[in-house]
Amino acid sequence: MFAYISRRILYAIPILIGVNLLTFALYFLVNSPDDMARMHLGAKYITQEGIDKWKTERGYDKPLFYNETEQSYKKLSNTIFYNKSVKLFLFDFGNADNGRNIGFDISERMWASLAYAIPVFLVGMLVYISFALLLVFFRATYVDLWGVVLCVVMMSISAIIYIIAGQYLIGKILLLVPISGYEPGFSAVKFLILPVVIGIVAGLGSSARWYRTIFLEEINRDYVRTARAKGLSELRVLFSHVLKNAMIPILTGAVVAIPLLFMGSLLMESFFGIPGLGSYTIDAIRSQDFAIVRAMVFLGSVLYIVGLVLTDISYTFVDPRVRLN
Amino acid sequence: MADILLEINNLKTYFGDIKNKPVRAVDGVSFKINRGETFAILGESGCGKSITALSIMQLVPSPAGKIVEGSVVYNGEDLLKKSEIEMRSIRGNRIAMIFQEPMTSLNPVLTVQQQIEEVLQQHRGIKGQAAWREVVALLDSVGIPVAEQRAKDYPHQLSGGMKQRVMIAMALASEPDLLIADEPTTALDVTIQAQVMTLLRDIQKRTGMAILLITHDLGIVSDFVDHVAVMYAGEIVEYASRKDFFTAPLHPYSKKLFASLPAKSKRNRTLDVIKGIVPPLTTEFTGCRFYERCGAAIKQCSKQLIRLVDIDNTHSVRCLQFIDNKINFPITNDAVSDISDTGNIAVEEVFSVANLKVHFPIHKGIFKRVAGYVYAVDGVNLTLYKGKTLALVGESGCGKTTVGKTVLHLNELTAGTISLKSEDISLPTTSQLKTLRRQAQIIFQDPYSSMNPRKRVGEIIEEGLIALNPELNSIERKTKVKTLLKQVGLPETATSLYPHEFSGGQRQRICIARALAVNPEILICDEPTSALDVSVQAQMLNLFKQLQQDYGLSYLFITHNLSVVEYLADEIAVMYLGRIVERGSVDDVMQTPQHPYTKALLSAIPTVDKESAQEKIVLEGELPSPITPPSGCHFNPRCPERMDICTHKYPDTYNISDSHAVACHLTEK
Repeated sequence: MFAYISRRILYAIPILIGVNLLTFALYFLVNSPDDMARMHLGAKYITQEGIDKWKTERGYDKPLFYNETEQSYKKLSNTIFYNKSVKLFLFDFGNADNGRNIGFDISERMWASLAYAIPVFLVGMLVYISFALLLVFFRATYVDLWGVVLCVVMMSISAIIYIIAGQYLIGKILLLVPISGYEPGFSAVKFLILPVVIGIVAGLGSSARWYRTIFLEEINRDYVRTARAKGLSELRVLFSHVLKNAMIPILTGAVVAIPLLFMGSLLMESFFGIPGLGSYTIDAIRSQDFAIVRAMVFLGSVLYIVGLVLTDISYTFVDPRVRLN
Repeated sequence: MADILLEINNLKTYFGDIKNKPVRAVDGVSFKINRGETFAILGESGCGKSITALSIMQLVPSPAGKIVEGSVVYNGEDLLKKSEIEMRSIRGNRIAMIFQEPMTSLNPVLTVQQQIEEVLQQHRGIKGQAAWREVVALLDSVGIPVAEQRAKDYPHQLSGGMKQRVMIAMALASEPDLLIADEPTTALDVTIQAQVMTLLRDIQKRTGMAILLITHDLGIVSDFVDHVAVMYAGEIVEYASRKDFFTAPLHPYSKKLFASLPAKSKRNRTLDVIKGIVPPLTTEFTGCRFYERCGAAIKQCSKQLIRLVDIDNTHSVRCLQFIDNKINFPITNDAVSDISDTGNIAVEEVFSVANLKVHFPIHKGIFKRVAGYVYAVDGVNLTLYKGKTLALVGESGCGKTTVGKTVLHLNELTAGTISLKSEDISLPTTSQLKTLRRQAQIIFQDPYSSMNPRKRVGEIIEEGLIALNPELNSIERKTKVKTLLKQVGLPETATSLYPHEFSGGQRQRICIARALAVNPEILICDEPTSALDVSVQAQMLNLFKQLQQDYGLSYLFITHNLSVVEYLADEIAVMYLGRIVERGSVDDVMQTPQHPYTKALLSAIPTVDKESAQEKIVLEGELPSPITPPSGCHFNPRCPERMDICTHKYPDTYNISDSHAVACHLTEK
């Protein structure tokens, strides 16, 4: 197990270097620092001095890879590549183009993202699995048939419809909770209920249908026939035999998403005004703040790799047949 | 008078649309099982045996299948009238069941203990410490060593034989009156089969439970049962006591089953086969269901439904011959033809391997260093002669399949030499490899999974021609494909169909046609008949013999089925844990086996022929791991004749005669 994880971490290094180089190339070679300065300062009345000042303030005045004016190791370290990209490996994200420290912003805003994402993830899993189990218990009856139809209908509707309809119905007509906004601490609850519920409902169709397929696949296995032949009740068969085996693909499919919960949801956060990392990224894209976008892309890749390793580890917990080596 | 435990009357279980052309899997079956007896339902696959068993338990897959008529009377009560909840106190309690595939029949994520305790809790209300003690006692009683530890294992940590023992322990947990065993040993090796069947018989003696055994194996029926019912196309066609059945089977189908068994005495002729296949069960039968395949049928047979007639108290048969004595039925001889024995052809060596070793490395640690080896094949010598058949025999896991793949360079070899017509091809060049593939082809066990399901049969057969005979144009290839199909007994129209449209036997024919496409001289056959029914197996064996006679093919026949070997092979090599322990001509090895392992293998085969049956040698334990083979002779931990020297020195190979060699210390003395 230890050897396996160590090896996976070693594998992750080249992947992260690749991600880093690629994003660097996209942001600095396609868009020179001069272009960035012009975009930020606005198209009119730009002087070369203004551009240079903007660049110096943000450290974009240095050469890209190699600084001939410096001594020894500083020839490499006093460059844009070193300062903006290599430092990402130390999780030193530097400052955004608007001057704020990105690392600080992330640590502040991450909590709002988690406050939305964790309930959606946990309650969502519970709801989807229960709904899928219900369909499986009534398999080959009208309950199952109409349940699947409902799932297909629900997954065919765009998430934006759920958001707008939910905001209109619950927030505007029934006035149960605020339409959008956020407050830190306990009062966040009243702002979060609506997005969490909508988040779960929006995912119900596709997830429940997928889980139902997994359950049905398991229910036709030989060991389920053995369990029935023992004289166990259908519920016992479902819960202590089918569910346990079906949890292997379900859990491992879900575990990969856990680290990404930090990243928040782009759509939900911007619609409901939740000041998390999702809306942070959207705002950065809107204001062309490439420093933030690069930081978030890198963070996303790191978390995704962590998710994959966690998935492999979680296999060993849910499936006794799997040993990592 | 025997005490009736279970009585089934006119049971009908249909699948699909009940009103419109249902699949009549079980169509009016009646029989009785007495307390404490072993009753067998015998038949080929697709005859409704398993569905009959599942119907008794009311476990027919629903909603696809439905019991539409009949009664299952157990202890005077009709089970079919019971509610699902009442049924649960019967299932797994009074009537328990074990299945064909122990590998998949246990829940992979629960421990053995958990799975057995479930039964104890459900039916006997035993929990906690008491349940634990009971689990250990049960595992002990089915002969599982170190039961305390095995109870905590997950199924994947146990071998196939051990899993089937766990299944039996689970079934015994509630001390049932009836155990339904659905092909309990089909997926196991002969030596393990002998262990499991002996165990079942011992348990039966001890507890007095009845066993309903579902099987396709005449040998097992002959060894273990009291009464037998032969099932064909959803009906029972003959019902008899074992003695009557084996001395005088009456139904033409039963007779044909016996006739199609391969045996030594039939070597010089083709096997009698049942032509055609089991008719589709959607048919609305108006006459005898066996009519189309029966050699003795007359017009009348297809015109009236045949009832089961009693010949005497314990023998009934469903055949017109016994209903109407006035009709003269054609006297049938076995439809067999002679095959000249290939014994006197000049001996010409076509292929040989010397000291072949295949060791698979096991990787460990961060940098995947090699931590050990699986000694799959560890020094094997084989020689294949022109027009001859060499059988490589052994239990699963002994490395015989690896040998087959390695000689074709489908695996990498670790050491040793492979020569094709005295040309060394151990490290083949690209052109040598092409020659090898043109001269030697392989046929696999499972014909279905070894063909690409998305390709038409024509394309599958043609593929080899395109790769190895590029000089042929497309028209020549098409002609060749048609000729090949004809050779293996398939219609030309097969070219445009897909593999799934054929039956198991036909698929294996396609595989043979594919292998023959490049006119090979050598065929490596890896268990080519073990997935097939006896009657289909007989067809295949006839085909193999015919092809050998017509084209002088040499076969390396890899199998665990010794009666097939006896019928087909000229020479036998017995393999145990990566090495050949005995080899010789078929007479040498079958008549005068020298190695204790060969003796045990031979005696473990259930045999129909009671007179030649010897005392069974039931081997203890299982094939050891090829990662850490036992020191000394590999066979010593299981050997009934072990001596001191066996535990520390691997025996040399001794030549008993020109044609017979054995690696055993006993021979040395």
